[in-house]
Amino acid sequence: MIRISNLHKRFGKLIVLDGLDLEIKSGGIFAILGPNGSGKTTLIKSILGMVIPNSGDIKIDGKSVLKKWDYRNQINYLPQIANFPGNLTVNELIAMVKNLRPKKSNDIDLIELFGLQPFLDKKLGNLSGGTKQKVNIVLTFMFDSDLIILDEPTTGLDPISLINLKEIIQKEKEKGKTLLITTHIMSLVDEIADKIVFLLDGNIYFKGSIDELKLQTKQTDLEHAIANLMTKENV
Amino acid sequence: MFKILKYSFYDLMRSRWSYVYFLFYLALGFVLLFLNNDINKAIITLMNIIIVLTPLIGTIFGVMYYYNSKEFTELLLAQPIKRSTIFMGQYLGISISLTLSLALGLGIPFLLYGLFRSTAIFDFGLLLVVGSFLNFIFVALAFNIALSNENKIKGFGYAILMWLFLAVIYDGIFLISLLVFNEYPLDKFSLIATMFNPIDLSRILILLKLDISALLGYTGAIFKKFFGTNLGMIISFVVLFLWVLFPVWRMNIKLRRKDF
Repeated sequence: MIRISNLHKRFGKLIVLDGLDLEIKSGGIFAILGPNGSGKTTLIKSILGMVIPNSGDIKIDGKSVLKKWDYRNQINYLPQIANFPGNLTVNELIAMVKNLRPKKSNDIDLIELFGLQPFLDKKLGNLSGGTKQKVNIVLTFMFDSDLIILDEPTTGLDPISLINLKEIIQKEKEKGKTLLITTHIMSLVDEIADKIVFLLDGNIYFKGSIDELKLQTKQTDLEHAIANLMTKENV
Repeated sequence: MFKILKYSFYDLMRSRWSYVYFLFYLALGFVLLFLNNDINKAIITLMNIIIVLTPLIGTIFGVMYYYNSKEFTELLLAQPIKRSTIFMGQYLGISISLTLSLALGLGIPFLLYGLFRSTAIFDFGLLLVVGSFLNFIFVALAFNIALSNENKIKGFGYAILMWLFLAVIYDGIFLISLLVFNEYPLDKFSLIATMFNPIDLSRILILLKLDISALLGYTGAIFKKFFGTNLGMIISFVVLFLWVLFPVWRMNIKLRRKDF
């Protein structure tokens, strides 16, 4: 379980997170939504310890994770932009990440699933954007961790890989994992998310299930419901 | 840390630039030996090149590597590894691969020429040690600048300015101040001023070891008195060492508060 209390983060004069409180119970898929610049990535990076909050606390399973690093062994993270050292091969990169995390991994199944075998000995610098994203996904899902964080996971994927990705996400959910996903693709949210966390101006503006959101905004589809949330604030 | 070091090192060792750098030193070594036909003279010419060039290459490589591997660093930051471990690994990876290019590139021609049969072997050794120190110092300084500047162009600009200042402008200011305050005793001042610039310190160290300090006149004599002795040598190396330690320490402080 993740408990975030009174989290503040400023970048210079820009206030990104403004006293954010959030509780995420273990198990299920949580979609973190919000307009551009609403603090989604900052929130995720704070949980990962990549962004250091100005004040507030983040607890995972009751323990504060600020300034710690070993708790990350229980988190898998898919970053937004996949960019790796161009001179390493795919195999070497996978070996390296495995080497850095003393944990069991099922990379072979995933490599097969995404059809990456022909690329294993190619240098990462020569791969296309979509293939890099597949490598990125393999790196993320090859470990068995309780918390999985995906930042725009669908970027650059072809339809087959997208279906594979959704299947993996469902499987992880069935194993009782907690998944946090940010995305701008509403059909994906509609399909997989259990709960929606809507960020606006550095705070939680809505948290609940898709049905609750539709009920509250009196809209029949998710896309309009979200649009409704965004515009309501502006009026 | 050694895992990160290993991969940074592999990555760099396979990049084209490491080879260009290595081949450049290789060619330089052969050409200098061929033209001078004398190891001692070649070493002096080499010193003048190394002292300006290693800091420049270290600075550019350091800044470039930091900005180019930004996304990869983010991937590493999400792994269960300490921040300082990641950056120290990368720092050592760059410094060591640059030092290797330098040592191999120059070592091969000099060995072929018969370095071991010459008396210049210690001078050559000192040259390589000083060159390595300069690599470690300037990569660390470059990392500091890159860590403090999100903007790539700004980071590059500051890094080049830093190099220009230490390699050229500092000497200018130093000389002008010697001229202006010519009436005062300046031995202590010049000794201390030298310590504050790793390039100057390296240059003087080598010049004195090569025993051409007579060329430096009165100041040379004072320096000889100081640096020529073992104590002077030790102090100079300690100062060079501090020049590595201080930027590395600041890097670690900066890392603790940095957002990625």
